Amino acid sequence: MVPVALIALWQAAASAGWLNPQVLPSPAAVGLRWWQYLAPTQAFDPAQGSRFMWLISGELLHDAAGSLYRVLTGFIIGAGLGLPLGLLMGANDRLFKLLNPLVQILRPIPPIAYIPLAILWFGLGNPPAVFLIVIGAFFPVLMNTIAGVRQVDGIYLRAARNLGADQLTVFRRVMLPAATPYILSGMRIAIGTAFIVVIVSEMIAVNNGLGYRILEAREYFWSDKIIAGMFTIGLLGLGIDLLMGRLNHHLLRWHRGLEH
Amino acid sequence: MSRSPASIAIQGVHKRFTTAGGTDVVALAGIDLAIAPGEFVCLLGPSGCGKSTLLNAISGFSPPSDGRIEVAGRTVTGPGPDRGMVFQEYALFPWMTVAQNIAFGLQIKGLDKAAIAAEVERWLALLRLGEFRDRFPKDLSGGMRQRVAIARVLAIDPPVLLMDEPFGALDALSRRALQDELVKIWSELGKTIVFVTHSIEEAIYLADRIVVMTYRPGTVKADVRVTMPRPRDSSDPAFNTLKRDLGAMVMAEQARHDEAERAGLTMD
Repeated sequence: MVPVALIALWQAAASAGWLNPQVLPSPAAVGLRWWQYLAPTQAFDPAQGSRFMWLISGELLHDAAGSLYRVLTGFIIGAGLGLPLGLLMGANDRLFKLLNPLVQILRPIPPIAYIPLAILWFGLGNPPAVFLIVIGAFFPVLMNTIAGVRQVDGIYLRAARNLGADQLTVFRRVMLPAATPYILSGMRIAIGTAFIVVIVSEMIAVNNGLGYRILEAREYFWSDKIIAGMFTIGLLGLGIDLLMGRLNHHLLRWHRGLEH
Repeated sequence: MSRSPASIAIQGVHKRFTTAGGTDVVALAGIDLAIAPGEFVCLLGPSGCGKSTLLNAISGFSPPSDGRIEVAGRTVTGPGPDRGMVFQEYALFPWMTVAQNIAFGLQIKGLDKAAIAAEVERWLALLRLGEFRDRFPKDLSGGMRQRVAIARVLAIDPPVLLMDEPFGALDALSRRALQDELVKIWSELGKTIVFVTHSIEEAIYLADRIVVMTYRPGTVKADVRVTMPRPRDSSDPAFNTLKRDLGAMVMAEQARHDEAERAGLTMD
């Protein structure tokens, strides 16, 4: 309701001529630009490939796919490192004491601050962008996994050992599932961070993707395209968050109503 | 089918520990108890008498500072599935369904899939949990949760069952139903049971033998055999005589507990 009213107000203000289209174009102009951004750039030509390939040949889909590829690659690597390390650090006090000081120093450094190093180490293109996302996804997953393992109620460990479980079984079948609510919320934060970082890194190191495109649009004063790009980022983020929500819902069937 | 119950020998067991406040506490001082195979023993006493400490020593989670505990002739050195534990807080794995909880110990034992499924069915039926098999613990009442916990531990067929105030958090009706169920299971399966409670009536209702413990340091104050036939009737005059006698002993210890609390010495 509120978004519809807001867009109507915005459109009314634009139609009345109160807004400079260079600064804030009308919603209709943004919508049109978004459609052009989404639609194929060339006429359909059977010699160039199938109709489906033509349908997805638009610039927006390429940009979105590029951004999504970087987000997912970086997230999978970052979470893939943070999760096992977090499990080990959470379960093993000595390892925790050994590594925690380092983690505490590195954690507050925003991923953005790694940009110069990333370019120095990896040059331009996908590698530095993915590296930054790895950093952005790693710490939330690591911290939440450690916290998740450390809060596991000792009575579950005692019950498992009493039923004959060895260390590995306790780790795999008790600590890991008991920490899942924490781990999943860490992953949700991580994917959010990955989204912020991908846009920034595309503005600097890559020449496609949604972040690159809105910066490019600025060069040409295409404010309608900037907003169309931002809108696309919002849609993509919402889509990923909905998927994560579904995954949470499924994996935490047992947990619903237990949160205090 | 099930393993024969084991004897428990407790010899000169002491347990000392230091509280978070830095006070040294002697929780157990020289406990000697010989429990016969298949015996149903209740440890009775006010909080702070060391009855749970003794149970934890038998379970192997918290070894005694001094003395020795043997189960079936073997010295206890750590926790093990030969001494199944039932906790007041149920300790069911909330991420597993009822059937998965019961299957857990069987999987660790290394049974094959078909054998596990058959055992799970058997215990679901025995504790009348059939329709709850795919529920998660959060969707069950306290009484049902404790049934699942008992089924889970019985499924691994331990010769000894250690129960730490297992029905303490239940309402009176669920409590009575589970007491009856436990007596039935015990007489059918023949387990050695050590059952911690602070309810005098519960102890008389269940036990072959009631060990009354003193408040700090924990020692054996009385060791009483209960010979009334089961099922027991709490309105029976013999029941009430015993209740009065045990009540006097427990209340004397409770008075020492209250005295210590007033003196600010207790750290429960």
